[in-house]
Amino acid sequence: MTAVLELRGVTKAYGDRPVLRGIDLAVAEHAAVAVIGASGSGKSTLLRCIDLLEEIDDGDVLLDGAVVTDPSVDPVAVRRRLGMVFQAFNLFPHLTALQNVMLAPRRAHGAARDAAETHARELLARFGLAGREDEHPDRLSGGQQQRVAIARALATRPRALLLDEVTSALDPELVGEVLAVVRELKADGMTMLIATHEMSFAREVADEVCFLHEGLILERGAPERIFTAPERPETQRFLRRLLEAGRL
Amino acid sequence: MSAVSTVVVLGLLVGVVVTSEGWPNVRETFFDWDDFVDSFPAVLDGFWLDVKLFVIVEAAVLVLGLVIALARISRAPALFPLRLLSAVFVDVLRGIPTILVVYLIGFGIPALMLSGMPTDPVVLGGIALTLAYSAYVGEVYRAGIESVHPSQRAAALAVGLTEAQTTRFVVLPQAIRRVAPPLLNDFISLQKDVALVSILGPLEAFRVAQIEASSNFIYTPLVAAALLYLCVTVPLARLLDHWERRRRR
Repeated sequence: MTAVLELRGVTKAYGDRPVLRGIDLAVAEHAAVAVIGASGSGKSTLLRCIDLLEEIDDGDVLLDGAVVTDPSVDPVAVRRRLGMVFQAFNLFPHLTALQNVMLAPRRAHGAARDAAETHARELLARFGLAGREDEHPDRLSGGQQQRVAIARALATRPRALLLDEVTSALDPELVGEVLAVVRELKADGMTMLIATHEMSFAREVADEVCFLHEGLILERGAPERIFTAPERPETQRFLRRLLEAGRL
Repeated sequence: MSAVSTVVVLGLLVGVVVTSEGWPNVRETFFDWDDFVDSFPAVLDGFWLDVKLFVIVEAAVLVLGLVIALARISRAPALFPLRLLSAVFVDVLRGIPTILVVYLIGFGIPALMLSGMPTDPVVLGGIALTLAYSAYVGEVYRAGIESVHPSQRAAALAVGLTEAQTTRFVVLPQAIRRVAPPLLNDFISLQKDVALVSILGPLEAFRVAQIEASSNFIYTPLVAAALLYLCVTVPLARLLDHWERRRRR
């Protein structure tokens, strides 16, 4: 079975500084793959490259078995088949929660206003935001904003969801409500690639965990194995540091 | 307390003016009520032309300024000539005093004797003001567009919008909201600079007042014209203050 998302030897450098040094990765349908690693290890860049927000230097990104990083492929058409959620939410501040969710279905997919609105209201209600549809983002808490952002990413019914540190900008007491949403998506069979700092969450939700270190995936495997019996000294050191910081 | 100090300061200022040696003369030439009443209808008539010109030029400036800003921030390599052209346009038009732009366009274009070119001095003056102010307003728009964080663009592209849709639905609405006060500021300037087209001959308020004044050395019509300008610029300035206050809240 072909993977929904696949990366083959992807490299990316900012100037002279290599960020990704040959990434191979596959996410099967309905699977969740977690990418862990220290800040600056390239997690965000990896997700931005998959969503074609950054150009890669070498290698291929495949979506449903077709190469999407070829210059002949329209990046807009590819992005319309993927959903992305950002660390800092990146909601559109001049639009209400409802308008944030409706914008892409209306403008990018040409959905009728009524259909787009009905679907957007359903998504917001599903994530506990009924009654807050007409609020602007600055009137919502961080956790609520991130849930709107997830609804916005799902509104176009993407093939896969890319989650970039979606709880890192949240106050600790708000992390739970966002993770609950992701957990629910996993139960519904959403295909996801998750860059995260939340190790217990990665352990619970992910089918596979990849440890990214200096632009390379040094170790990958089932969450239980990675977290209880890491083989590489770099992985051991990373997990030990998290343990000492009380983050594991 | 502030009321008392205001009355005292203003009282002193008025006192200094009205007790000055030349005051009786100034009062007679600048502030004569009968002259004011006599000249006011003609000046008001001229001012109507200013208002019409201002409204049309303002609308044109809002559009042309935006076109220039979008040309300057375009990224596509093929659009380099457009970027260069718009940058040169802004540099040149901002670098020349507005009065010179009015002269050069107002007298230069008719001198070319090209068929189809406008010859009406009001139209030429309007074109000159539109070009001069579009250069300023284009830069105001550009500052607004560049103040929108790149993560907004990333989010818009990520949900599947095209570059053009990203600009139209995400970047511009935020940019224009931010630069509304400086834009209004430029329009207060423009409202006054409309008087510059008088050098081309049209009978707008300043020109009418000047003619009235020079025929009998009475300057009251000029004061009448000044009052009319204030009637438009002061409400605009208050509107601007109101906006700024609301934004800060």
